[in-house]
Amino acid sequence: MALTSGLAENSPLSSFQLITLRIARYNPEHDSAKTFMEFQIQYEKWTTVLEAILEVKKYFDHSVAVRYSCRQATCGSCGMIINGKPRLACFTKISELNSNIITVEPMNNFPIIRDLAVKFERLFDTHHKIKPYLIHDDNEITKDTKEFLQSPEELEQYIQFSNCIKCGLCNSACPTMATDSSFVGPQALAQAYRYVADSRDKGKDNRLKIIDDSHGIWRCHFAGSCSQVCPKGVDPAMGIQLLRGYMLGFRS
Amino acid sequence: MRESIIMKIHYGTALAAVALVAVHILMRLTQGFAESLQYDSVITNYKFLPYAGMLEIILILLSIHGFNGLRVILLELKQGRAYEKAVSYGCIVAIIALIVYGSRTIIMVNTGMM
Amino acid sequence: MTNQDEHKEGIGGMINPRRYGVERVAYLLMRLSGLGLLAYFIGHIYETSTILKGQVGWNEFLELTQTNAGHAILAIVIAMCVFHTVNGIRVMLGHGGIGVGKPARPDYPYTPASQNIRHKIGIYSAIILAAIAMMYGLTVMFGE
Repeated sequence: MALTSGLAENSPLSSFQLITLRIARYNPEHDSAKTFMEFQIQYEKWTTVLEAILEVKKYFDHSVAVRYSCRQATCGSCGMIINGKPRLACFTKISELNSNIITVEPMNNFPIIRDLAVKFERLFDTHHKIKPYLIHDDNEITKDTKEFLQSPEELEQYIQFSNCIKCGLCNSACPTMATDSSFVGPQALAQAYRYVADSRDKGKDNRLKIIDDSHGIWRCHFAGSCSQVCPKGVDPAMGIQLLRGYMLGFRS
Repeated sequence: MRESIIMKIHYGTALAAVALVAVHILMRLTQGFAESLQYDSVITNYKFLPYAGMLEIILILLSIHGFNGLRVILLELKQGRAYEKAVSYGCIVAIIALIVYGSRTIIMVNTGMM
Repeated sequence: MTNQDEHKEGIGGMINPRRYGVERVAYLLMRLSGLGLLAYFIGHIYETSTILKGQVGWNEFLELTQTNAGHAILAIVIAMCVFHTVNGIRVMLGHGGIGVGKPARPDYPYTPASQNIRHKIGIYSAIILAAIAMMYGLTVMFGE
């Protein structure tokens, strides 16, 4: 099926072009396999893939299931496979893909709810498993200082990793996640590093114990695909290797 | 055994094996590749105790490293309690079997029991 | 939950080296060379055990390996061995957090510091050294 949208057709300054948007359709409740629907979409050089999908929902088929919210790479909702690679739909411009055909599919390694929307339960479970909060014996309310002081250098150790928006692109790109259902995953491991490297945190031993099992940190082989797809520059591969440095005695 | 200890052994066996296998290959090259594979030359090598000892250490190191690597790949391919136990114990049995089989050759030739 | 339900990429996704640069190629080659070397090691242990059958048994097996196909297999083994060693040392250093860059506030466009030129040089060096070692091995084996 190929339908054409009317995006920007009334603007005299528009320099729109046409692309074919292929959207994966799949409902696990009654479909046996994934199928693709094709739409002809007009786009400007700033049009994002999410805008094109919303154009389809608006004019052609409102039943296309897609999760989105902020439209500015902050909420981490619209992760999907765009032309074979995990990307945020709101952060990917059609013009930068250099292709007349844009194929959008649900993220790999996540159960499909419907079409482009996937379940995040496992990602949130593994994220929760590594205790993503500061562990500290002192209660700041009863202390005189009422705050945990930290130098700019100490902040630099983890601030990059606190940019994680839990979009799941790293887990979708990871080669271990492709076959290992029990693997903790790059998202959770990078967050484990984020808290272990925080000078205010005292839960290092606890966290290192959690990730030191047969489907924990040792199943990362430093392929680095997670870092290549991260839309926020978190570099999970770096965090994981630095975290492993603690376990191998290279860091203390 | 904790996974971190297993993986430290994995890295340790790799580093030690690199050094010893390099000696093993250099022995072939310094003696001349074809000549070093002649029956008498091989027997002489086996009967030289330090070299036989080195072969035994290489055998142990590479058996552990190789089968642990295989265990890692297999654990990542499929999950499940019974499967993972079978893989782990299967690899331990394979390590022991290969070491026993290889040691038999080294010991029998070294001691002249053939 | 089955693979289908979990929508896992599966082995095809795991071994696909085309999407994520040379690091993913190195990941695949590391696995393949590891499996290849384990298979060769087991074969080598069996091969050397033929010496227990005396000179005749040893020479019979040696003849099998001293063929063009035998030399070609050994050359591939040499390449796998060198690649696995050099790339293994690179990966091991990376696993210790060495050469993976320092945490810093990222600036757009985000270039991951862990995927740096040092590691790329390490990977290409492993491939080139493996090729050189293979060529040297072929020269030694076919030269005699």
